[in-house]
Amino acid sequence: MSMKAKRNWFLLFCLLPGLVLMALFKIYPTIEVFQKSFYLWTGIGDKPKWVGLRNFTDLFHDDVFLLSLRNTGFLMLVVPVITLFIALVNASILTRSKLRERSLYRTVFFFPSILSFVVIAILWSFIYHPTIGFLNAGLESIGLGKWALAWLGDARTVLWALAVTMIWQAAGYYMVMYMAGIDGISPELYEAASIDGATPVHQFFHITIPLLWEIIRITIIFSINGVLTISFVIVSIMTAGGPDRHSEVVMTYLYSQAFSNSNFGYAMAIGVFVFIVSFLLALLSNRLTERGNN
Amino acid sequence: MAASVNAQPARSSHPPQTVPQSGRKTLAWLGRLFLRLILIIQALIVVYPLVWNVLASLKTNEEVMENPWTLPKHFNWSNYVNAFTTARIGDYMLNSVLVVAMSMAILLAAALPTAYALGRMNFRGKAFTTNVYMAGLFIGGVYIIVPLFILMNNLHMLDNRFWLSAVYATGSLPFSVYLMIGFMKSIPKDFEEAALIDGCGYTSTLFRIILPITRPAIVTLIVFGFFDFWNEYVLALTLITSDEKKTIPIGLSNLMQIQQYATDWGSLFAGLVIVLIPTIIIYALLQKRLTDGMMMGGVKG
Repeated sequence: MSMKAKRNWFLLFCLLPGLVLMALFKIYPTIEVFQKSFYLWTGIGDKPKWVGLRNFTDLFHDDVFLLSLRNTGFLMLVVPVITLFIALVNASILTRSKLRERSLYRTVFFFPSILSFVVIAILWSFIYHPTIGFLNAGLESIGLGKWALAWLGDARTVLWALAVTMIWQAAGYYMVMYMAGIDGISPELYEAASIDGATPVHQFFHITIPLLWEIIRITIIFSINGVLTISFVIVSIMTAGGPDRHSEVVMTYLYSQAFSNSNFGYAMAIGVFVFIVSFLLALLSNRLTERGNN
Repeated sequence: MAASVNAQPARSSHPPQTVPQSGRKTLAWLGRLFLRLILIIQALIVVYPLVWNVLASLKTNEEVMENPWTLPKHFNWSNYVNAFTTARIGDYMLNSVLVVAMSMAILLAAALPTAYALGRMNFRGKAFTTNVYMAGLFIGGVYIIVPLFILMNNLHMLDNRFWLSAVYATGSLPFSVYLMIGFMKSIPKDFEEAALIDGCGYTSTLFRIILPITRPAIVTLIVFGFFDFWNEYVLALTLITSDEKKTIPIGLSNLMQIQQYATDWGSLFAGLVIVLIPTIIIYALLQKRLTDGMMMGGVKG
């Protein structure tokens, strides 16, 4: 075999397995989801019927979908803001102050982000459990028993309860990312600022945040997408969308339209809609967080 | 960014020197105490639920119902026995081990040669192939679950642990390729040239020279893969239908639904602990690899 032929066979050996997997399980389904979102399709045996944009126009007359969209929007706003703020403050405390036990905190804070979402969801449904959970028991033991609630069963608290679970899961992950970024900032900048009398809080706002801004932008997009992914598992295990759909999110609605109602075309339209919206959201947050001079 | 740093001199109205030396020390000490307090409270918020879970897994059902704050009177190991016997956690665990091992094998077999070709060789279609993987970083998850389900139904790939593993491997492929290309590029060209002069073919250069050098990155891939595959829920829920093939996250969520009626909380808590143990072991052994890999993958992105 010639050298060139050998090289080509080797390239084929290298690239083919990955490309076959990608084509089969990623690219084909992606094309399919866009294409079939224009069809009415009610089950495996059924023949898809072209309905144009009807699935998409139906979405806006579907109260459950609109509610799930609102709930998802709430989580996509609240969870990233609080998570990233906690992560940023912790990262900056653990890198800037010379506490001896800081690597211990880093290990502990990061730990939830490697736990299975299922384990987290089950664990937190028991934390919020009205009778056997320790949250209510804790409130009672400090004399705030009247604040005890069925956290996941109450329309006023359910979304916040889910948000807290998601923040608990993710804050340590972003903290580690920020710590890597802060390690890259020259210590001389902090020294100079501190000689000029800048307090740690000032240093946080005038050195850490500006110099970390590129990483913060990435993590904003990451965490918005993260909410979409994790909300499916958290909601389907912790509340199943209840009470009375007050915690339904688009991903759980998509899933139930497909696999409980056999409404495949409609479910794919939801998928396409969410895909486009989250793409636009990423673009938008990219634009909003862009700083003028670079 | 320079402007915001230079904006600082205005603070010189309280230069640190005006505070007496001992007062400054007290202030710094108070500051550290305050920071520690914040950190300790947060650490408790992270750790306490897990400790509570372990304690609850050792309680009798009556003790669980009684008061969430009490310690178990004696260690009630029968919950763990029940978790393995009646709740069949062990079977689910074996399925998970099998799926994780197969996914890992498929992932490495596909990702390493791909990253080598894209990171170190030149050929027509290279930019296109790289873009396919980069685009793959952004597509996936629940969006494509419906067409994936239908495709696998048509190809008779449903309820099959091998094909579930292939889907898992594909899910991690873009990130793994992306991570490895960076590593592959950092190896000096001389290594391959020397190998070629010594008469090594392409394949043996890859396996005997390149892969041993990239071992740290491969370990990182394996650690990430382990957590992804061990914890995955949505795909396993959808693509596996028969109970005896289910993985442990699905087994656990089934168990939770059952226990709400049977109210055997103890064995559910025991099941959670059993799932946590491998995660804790891997984390304890390879924590640095994991966080380093995260920084390589995330921060550069």
